[in-house]
Amino acid sequence: MQIDFSKNHFELFHLPVAYPIDLPALEQAYREVQREVHPDRFANSSGAEQRLAAQWATQVNEAYRTLKSPLARGRYLLKLHGIDTEEESNTAMPVDFLIQQMEWREAVEGAKQSKDEVALERLTSQKRDEEKRLFVLLASQLGDDAVRADGRETVRKLRFLEKLGEEIDDAIERLEG
Amino acid sequence: MAYSNKVIDHYENPRNVGSFGKDEDGVATGMVGAPACGDVMKLQIKVGADGIIQDAKFKTYGCGSAIASSSLVTEWVKGKSIAEAGQIKNTQIAEELALPPVKIHCSILAEDAIKAAIADYQAKHGGALKEAAE
Repeated sequence: MQIDFSKNHFELFHLPVAYPIDLPALEQAYREVQREVHPDRFANSSGAEQRLAAQWATQVNEAYRTLKSPLARGRYLLKLHGIDTEEESNTAMPVDFLIQQMEWREAVEGAKQSKDEVALERLTSQKRDEEKRLFVLLASQLGDDAVRADGRETVRKLRFLEKLGEEIDDAIERLEG
Repeated sequence: MAYSNKVIDHYENPRNVGSFGKDEDGVATGMVGAPACGDVMKLQIKVGADGIIQDAKFKTYGCGSAIASSSLVTEWVKGKSIAEAGQIKNTQIAEELALPPVKIHCSILAEDAIKAAIADYQAKHGGALKEAAE
């Protein structure tokens, strides 16, 4: 088995290094590579080889998960271009975006308290619309050298929306449960 | 996770929750957000003509540590000058609240919020001075 740890996630699955992705091709490439590195194939190998294969399998899974998620894929592509999204350290966001976030959080709180599932569903669809808009923006930013770095802020915004979505889902689950 | 008594105290009895009117004299607003945890923090200061912070208010959506950090900062900045308030460090907040390492980012958010409010005050204040000069 030839293991090349220097390949990036896209190269690993023989996909072009770009944001738009051929998901069926990713699925197929993943299954093929996964078969190659399956632990069963190394049952009779040395301990060192087995460990290497296990490490390889972990990287393959990580690569697959990263490319499959539109947000993780965007973040990863920025990283390949040397751009850190600073999601852990950068707290400066456009004020109108933060005000919108706060209003949505308040609306979730309110709907939770009044057990208003319809309002929660409405918030979910608003959140989805905003997400869709941001993913379209991210795709255009990632494909353009001149504005690629602006993708940082779009990824940060999408991270906020991901969290908002989790909170809405939690609230809905609690109402239904 | 075990919260310290001080975090619980600020979380259960948050100080200075609310907002000032946007157009009130001497009011400046700092708004920041932490993408990793989705926390949003709004911190407002009301500054007197002498440059001393008379009052402060906050509104935070986030975990107990984020709420406690912003509550504490609003208490600390009252009576301080703009320059003094700008000296507040997240490490002091984290130490006072005994925040565990995974919650340090909440104290960073509070430090960034007061800094953003001060920057907003200076932007407005600088603008006023410029107008007066023209």
